Amino acid sequence: MSSYRITGETGEWEIVVGMEVHAQVVSQSKLFSGAATEYGGEPNTQVSLVDAGFPGMLPVLNKECVAQAIRTGLGLRAQVNKYSRFDRKNYFYADLPTGYQISQFEHPIIGEGKVEIELSEGEKRIIGVTRLHLEQDAGKSIHDQDPTRSFIDLNRAGVALMEIVSEPDIRSPEEAGAYLRKLRQILRYLGTCDGNMEEGSMRADVNVSVRPVGEEGYRTRCEIKNLNSVRYVMQAIEIEAERQITIWEEGETVDQETRLFDHVKGETRTMRSKDDAHDYRYFPDPDLLPLELEQSWIDELNAALPELPEDKRARLEKDYGVSQYESGVLTAEQSIADFYEDVARGADARLATNWMLGDFFAALNRTGRSIEDSPVSAQGLRELLGLISDSTINGKIAKEVLEDMVETGDSASAIVDRKGLRQVTDSSAIEATVQGILDANADKVAEYKSGKDKLFGFFVGQTMKAMKGKANPAMVNEVLKKLLSA
Amino acid sequence: MSLDAKKVARIARLARIGLSDDEVQTYQKDMEGIIDWVEQLNEVDITDVPPMVGTGLATARLRDDVVTDGERRDDVLSNAPEREGPFFTVPKVVE
Repeated sequence: MSSYRITGETGEWEIVVGMEVHAQVVSQSKLFSGAATEYGGEPNTQVSLVDAGFPGMLPVLNKECVAQAIRTGLGLRAQVNKYSRFDRKNYFYADLPTGYQISQFEHPIIGEGKVEIELSEGEKRIIGVTRLHLEQDAGKSIHDQDPTRSFIDLNRAGVALMEIVSEPDIRSPEEAGAYLRKLRQILRYLGTCDGNMEEGSMRADVNVSVRPVGEEGYRTRCEIKNLNSVRYVMQAIEIEAERQITIWEEGETVDQETRLFDHVKGETRTMRSKDDAHDYRYFPDPDLLPLELEQSWIDELNAALPELPEDKRARLEKDYGVSQYESGVLTAEQSIADFYEDVARGADARLATNWMLGDFFAALNRTGRSIEDSPVSAQGLRELLGLISDSTINGKIAKEVLEDMVETGDSASAIVDRKGLRQVTDSSAIEATVQGILDANADKVAEYKSGKDKLFGFFVGQTMKAMKGKANPAMVNEVLKKLLSA
Repeated sequence: MSLDAKKVARIARLARIGLSDDEVQTYQKDMEGIIDWVEQLNEVDITDVPPMVGTGLATARLRDDVVTDGERRDDVLSNAPEREGPFFTVPKVVE
């Protein structure tokens, strides 16, 4: 059990955190209209009269958005509710043309599920998911274009969101970060949300409360709205917890309220208090009939579900003998796992793992490229590893070849031929060189023979140097041993 | 059921309707009348009847995920009281 504790004036405190994550559904068109969802369009061009709240316009539910919610529910090992319903959540805001958001209040499409998170020391914890429901996104307000007016762009209005609500199971900023990352990974694997936090495809509201260690029950919580990165989520929780502890320790009480996180000032501040809390006046949307799902459709979607991160990890460990740590890195993104399998399937699996995690990732980092636009293809890397396996080149030379591949885009064998890097496996050539080294260093040979074993490495180094690194290292060792013991 | 003036003012505020004190009194009386009339429904015993949200005869129709609308900015902005280039504009709102 991880135990994140904050030491206050009066003793030790723990934090209780629940999260609401808003994930934009991957779909071509909006939840209730045929306007496009694509990011970055010209202002107000991806808007239908339904989205703009014109009188008499009727919403019609997008089948793919429903399918995406079901897939996500299945991926979170959650209950899929065959009956769900849409409600109106009423509030007044300039970027909400209808004056209400269509959401699911009483009967969400997905019920209880769970997310397994992994913490830094390999420790695992289950975070409960309370529910997932479908709802519309609002438009975008732009406040910095004019001193007295806000500009409104409705392109995002009506785009489908999944709101994923967790149980208050999170007990540290680290767990909150791990939960958000894991959720993002699952959604990306499922293809139900692109997880792009910079573009706002995933945003989190965080509910934070604190209590003295050992106290049962929950104290008053505050909600911090609209955090758009894992780092901000972790920072906001830490800062908010400190604030609440100070209040309790001064004998005051924390007020339930909605707060904003200011990452520049490193503080949270009141957005609206409880007195001012919204009265949403939910009621069933009379424009929409209840959503009833056929079991056969759910089964169909389940059968076509992609392999999930946990399953993929287990399989990579079994099929390729990778460690738990390695499987975690290799499955962080589906594209990395696919690339790895493409390499490992046709090569020595251990070699493939070491090269992926070592020199290949280093090359990506160095060139600032991602796996999707990798300068070296999976086939290219596999060919390189093949050259090591069949002793055409040794590992040290292979590093040089990889660098050349990254730079020129040439194939491994072409580079080996061009630069004449083929490994020397001719034992007489190696013997001749070794003999030359030993003759030239007679003093060191004498020292070695009188017990200075460490000098063996010196002889290996000299031989490799003389042969421009191209000698087969195993053969050099063998020959050296033979000649030195003679 | 009685509806006090404070509640009427709150309902008006939620609906963004400005009411004078006189108007609050008028609407308090009108709304009380409406609520009293609807409250007759409470005479019916509905202990075992689930809330009805539709006829139960139909369920949601689903449409295919195809872009069929949009690229009609002039229509969308046609009724805007105020606009600036491609945007609606409203009095500055900052929370």
